[in-house]
Amino acid sequence: MIGFDESLLDDADETVRVRFTINGRKVACEVAPRETLVDCLRNVLELTGTHAGCEMGACGACLVQLDGRAVHACLMFTVQADGARIDTIEGLTESGVIADLQAEFHRRNALQCGFCTPGMLVNAHELLSQVTRPSREDIRDALSGNYCRCTGYEAIVDAIDAVAKARIESGGPT
Amino acid sequence: MKARAFSYFRAATIDQALHAHARAGDDARFIAGGQSLVPALSLRLQAPRLLIDITHIAELRGVRREGAFLRIGALTRHCEMLSEPLIAEFAPLLRAAAPFVAHPAIRNRGTFGGSVAHADPASEFPAMTLALGAEIEIVGPSGSRRVKADDFFVDLFETALQPGELITAVFVPLFKADQRFAFDELARRRGDYALVGCGMLATCTGDRIDDIRISFFSVGNTPTRVKGTEAALIGSSLGAERIAAAQAALEGDLAPPEGDEVPPAMRLHLARVLLGRMLGRLGAGA
Repeated sequence: MIGFDESLLDDADETVRVRFTINGRKVACEVAPRETLVDCLRNVLELTGTHAGCEMGACGACLVQLDGRAVHACLMFTVQADGARIDTIEGLTESGVIADLQAEFHRRNALQCGFCTPGMLVNAHELLSQVTRPSREDIRDALSGNYCRCTGYEAIVDAIDAVAKARIESGGPT
Repeated sequence: MKARAFSYFRAATIDQALHAHARAGDDARFIAGGQSLVPALSLRLQAPRLLIDITHIAELRGVRREGAFLRIGALTRHCEMLSEPLIAEFAPLLRAAAPFVAHPAIRNRGTFGGSVAHADPASEFPAMTLALGAEIEIVGPSGSRRVKADDFFVDLFETALQPGELITAVFVPLFKADQRFAFDELARRRGDYALVGCGMLATCTGDRIDDIRISFFSVGNTPTRVKGTEAALIGSSLGAERIAAAQAALEGDLAPPEGDEVPPAMRLHLARVLLGRMLGRLGAGA
């Protein structure tokens, strides 16, 4: 037959096995098809640095990297990520690729409660890996899908701007 | 905020996807980027038995020239609309619209075909298929067909797509040297849905407009071509008087609905302002 097993239709909430590479480590887990990636990361894999905010793609707190690009973990089901490479804020932190961004956020008080920070960092990391010399407007545009309810964005834009300049001075991205 | 339970099937070919849809008694949804569908499922606005993942179907990928058209595979992501050189060269109106589509992370997953199929009246790309005179290639249980964008958008979130059908590609007539285009929108914040937006494509001899297609979004139940306004422009060059005449004609073409936070009169006013600005730019940019 052509690939579709009809017994699937009777097993709507039965878990399926999903395999992916998270933060460089191969992982397999059992998930219900309706479980979103953010829920799997937080509840099954206990990677709670990815935050669940609006759960509809508006706030940006759940951003992770999927095959190297920033995506909302609340806007995909875990089963869709089968076979993918996922990097969460924990992995990006451990690898050191965003260490300068984190230090600058800290130095400039670019966070208060910190709920939005993982998403801000994932997005800032993506921006700086694509655009070497972003203008402040580029930075604001890149962050247009990230809500911060504490700081008012100015310090966040400052921090990203400072890191972009520092990376150029030190001869390219770290 | 959690989707109702469903089964999930990852299709490797179009035939597999269509077969699965039929076997589920059409109580199924195709999912590609899922940037509109996943929230709809989470809010239980939709609750199919089966979700058919079409993102791994190679036939739905790729952008290439085919005769007088640019064939844009349905799975082309919004971020690729920004980066693909063939889009910039042969469909520059789509390239101009792409930065306005949602936020960067949404653009990394959302697909062009998915946006057109979803037919959100506030979305940029569905309206641009109208302005471009594009054709939408559809495949379903009874075979493949091509529908003109003018015949595709039927009503609110309703298109020519029948149950079990999916978009395989969008065919856009190649941009020509005697054509000019413009895109713009007014939104409260970058990346938010536009209060009103517009795309236009004109064919000119010198400064005279021989033909023009103008399409608005966020003005009603579907993306809307403004044919009276187009007629007011054809055969003339874009002086201040002609632009004012086009703005006046817009009133007969648009009837923004009552009952949301933006009053119809305000939306119509914004549409007039936007049209004036864009025609001014179109006239200046030879």
